Amino acid sequence: MSKFVAKKTAEAREVRKAIGEYKYGFSMPENNIFKAKKGLDLERVEEISKMKGEPLWMKNFRQNSYKIFESKEMPKWGADLSQINFEEIFYYVKPSEGQVDSWDKVPKEIKDTYDKLGIPEAEKEHLGGIKAQYESEVVYGSLLDKLKKQGILFLGMDEALKEYPELVKEYFGKLIPPTDNKFAALNSAVWSGGSFIYVPKGVKVDLPLQAYFRINSLRMGQFERTLIIVDEGAFVHYIEGCTSPIYSSDSLHAAVVEIFVKKGARCRYTTIQNWSNNVYNLVTKRAKVEEEGIMEWVDGNLGSKVTMKYPAVVLVGRKAHGEILSIAVASKGQHLDAGGKCTHLAPETTSRIISKSISLKGGRSSYRGLINIASGAKNSRSKVVCDALILDKQSRSDTYPVNKINEREVILEHEATVSKIGEEQLFYLMSRGFSEEEAEAMIVNGFIEEIVKELPMEYSVELNRLIALQMEGSVG
Amino acid sequence: MQVSNLWVKIGNKQILKGVEVSVNPGEVVAVMGPNGSGKSTLAYTLLGHPKYEVTKGEMKVDGKKINELSPDERAGLGMYLANQYPMAIEGLVSVRFLWQLYKKRQVGKKISGIVEFRKWLVVEAEKLGLNLELLNRGLNEDFSGGEKKKMEILQMMVFSPKYVILDEIDSGLDVDALKKIATTVKQVAEKMNVGVLVITHYNRILKYLKADKVVVFEDGKVSRTGGASLALEVENKGYLQKNNE
Repeated sequence: MSKFVAKKTAEAREVRKAIGEYKYGFSMPENNIFKAKKGLDLERVEEISKMKGEPLWMKNFRQNSYKIFESKEMPKWGADLSQINFEEIFYYVKPSEGQVDSWDKVPKEIKDTYDKLGIPEAEKEHLGGIKAQYESEVVYGSLLDKLKKQGILFLGMDEALKEYPELVKEYFGKLIPPTDNKFAALNSAVWSGGSFIYVPKGVKVDLPLQAYFRINSLRMGQFERTLIIVDEGAFVHYIEGCTSPIYSSDSLHAAVVEIFVKKGARCRYTTIQNWSNNVYNLVTKRAKVEEEGIMEWVDGNLGSKVTMKYPAVVLVGRKAHGEILSIAVASKGQHLDAGGKCTHLAPETTSRIISKSISLKGGRSSYRGLINIASGAKNSRSKVVCDALILDKQSRSDTYPVNKINEREVILEHEATVSKIGEEQLFYLMSRGFSEEEAEAMIVNGFIEEIVKELPMEYSVELNRLIALQMEGSVG
Repeated sequence: MQVSNLWVKIGNKQILKGVEVSVNPGEVVAVMGPNGSGKSTLAYTLLGHPKYEVTKGEMKVDGKKINELSPDERAGLGMYLANQYPMAIEGLVSVRFLWQLYKKRQVGKKISGIVEFRKWLVVEAEKLGLNLELLNRGLNEDFSGGEKKKMEILQMMVFSPKYVILDEIDSGLDVDALKKIATTVKQVAEKMNVGVLVITHYNRILKYLKADKVVVFEDGKVSRTGGASLALEVENKGYLQKNNE
């Protein structure tokens, strides 16, 4: 209950009405080309491979992965996953005939969806290329001619397997094998869609490439697979966004993302995760960074029912650098278990994790992190900062940092704070004429500014807006 | 701005015991008094800080009773408090905050865009002697005491108030900074016909910001009122002079 004198202006009511609730919660009628029966068995896995006309090695990879998935226990160390019913999920839904390069050729209800999400507009304004995935398949793709001419490959993962089978085979599953964890195994068995990017030596992609993931149907499982190779001295910024309709039954999103950053290259991977609150978001992301390479994960988690995601960097070359900037906003009914992992395998490698979490309306956020410095990684440094902001008494925040240090000559820093919004700060801003909600939003946005400023303008505005939406009604 | 028979409690402690003060537009009123006499309590109570409970009396702005209004609604009437200890808001970039503040206030709007606003702001900040680099930092984040006070005054200029309450704006300031701040307030007050309530221990700020009226607080009540000369007298002879006579 607010301590400040209640204020119910017409303006505030208007704003509430205009914002509504979760803006992306609409669904469209299903006009699928093909929908696999719900549930999963070896037959279903083979069916997916057959439909896609894959090479034998991929078929075998899937079958093997399915067996690993079957044999692995559910992870019990993190968020509660006991409610996931693998038998009720639809593992493969093909929404259209295939990927097209013009929005006019995309089936109408799918195009309408992306129009509502503002994707074609964003594409025109500030993106170098885009992949739009709907259910299990990429339905639309584009890449600017000037980027094509530089030799940049930006393909759907299935498309890449057809056109560049050798390149895919060389890297696919090499960083995150199916044995890594139960959900990586599941993804490896039933994967569909996702992006493949190759940036040639020395090429710096000056506009971001984006992928947009949309789940539409009930109890859908989305299992995209992304592989990015940034060759020596090259640079790319890849952005992914995701949304889904609100349903009363749960959906599952289990992606695998593998990134190879070669000598002196740099990759930035930005995520704005805004699933509806009925999605289990269980994602494995890892980057291997060679000498003097830089990997930056910028990870914004706003939606989902449960998220378990810890973007990782494996620093294998001298002076390689890894960075994980993570924001989690956990509201009612959400448990966001996020963080990062940095493995230092070479001398003079550096890493930094900055995690900012906000818990409100009974939501729960956890930071889970691992710093692993191997013997021989002399003069390596790592810094971890995790700050938690808890907006009310019903909400919760936990921190689970783990350090495994097997080298003496290293510097490791760890800072952690837990705070709540102070009455004095609220009064200070309100006495300037801002409502309690506005004041609270200002404080929250200030709290995450360090990370938000790393986002392209369009996304930082969007993120601040989404957070204001989450906080709607948190006061009073 | 009128305060009549104001009684205020913090928890169980009675701090103000029937205060009477009024500030007319264009007038400068100084409130002096020893520590603990209730000067700052008056400032916070005027803006509606939730810790301060009004048990009796009335506060009015331009004839409108404000007792039941929230701090933002009081600000909406043009009341501005320059704090003794301004809060730092981490990550709330000062220049962006000031722009939001400018847009929030409906009065005196002449500037249309942030680019033009920034230009105006830089000129005013320079006049105050505020390090421009601070505008890109979080509001009051890692500011020195003096820088925070200057930021309070810069906010005041962006805000365009009708009534200003300066709560010991002069504490911890060197002479040069004090002079800049006081003259800025004076200029704004004269130009916009602003009523100013100056809470202070010292006469020195009143050299630049001449008081029309001086009110002395003792133990939650007004013990004396007078003209500008009273401030000097109080500073030279002490607050309790009357009792010592």
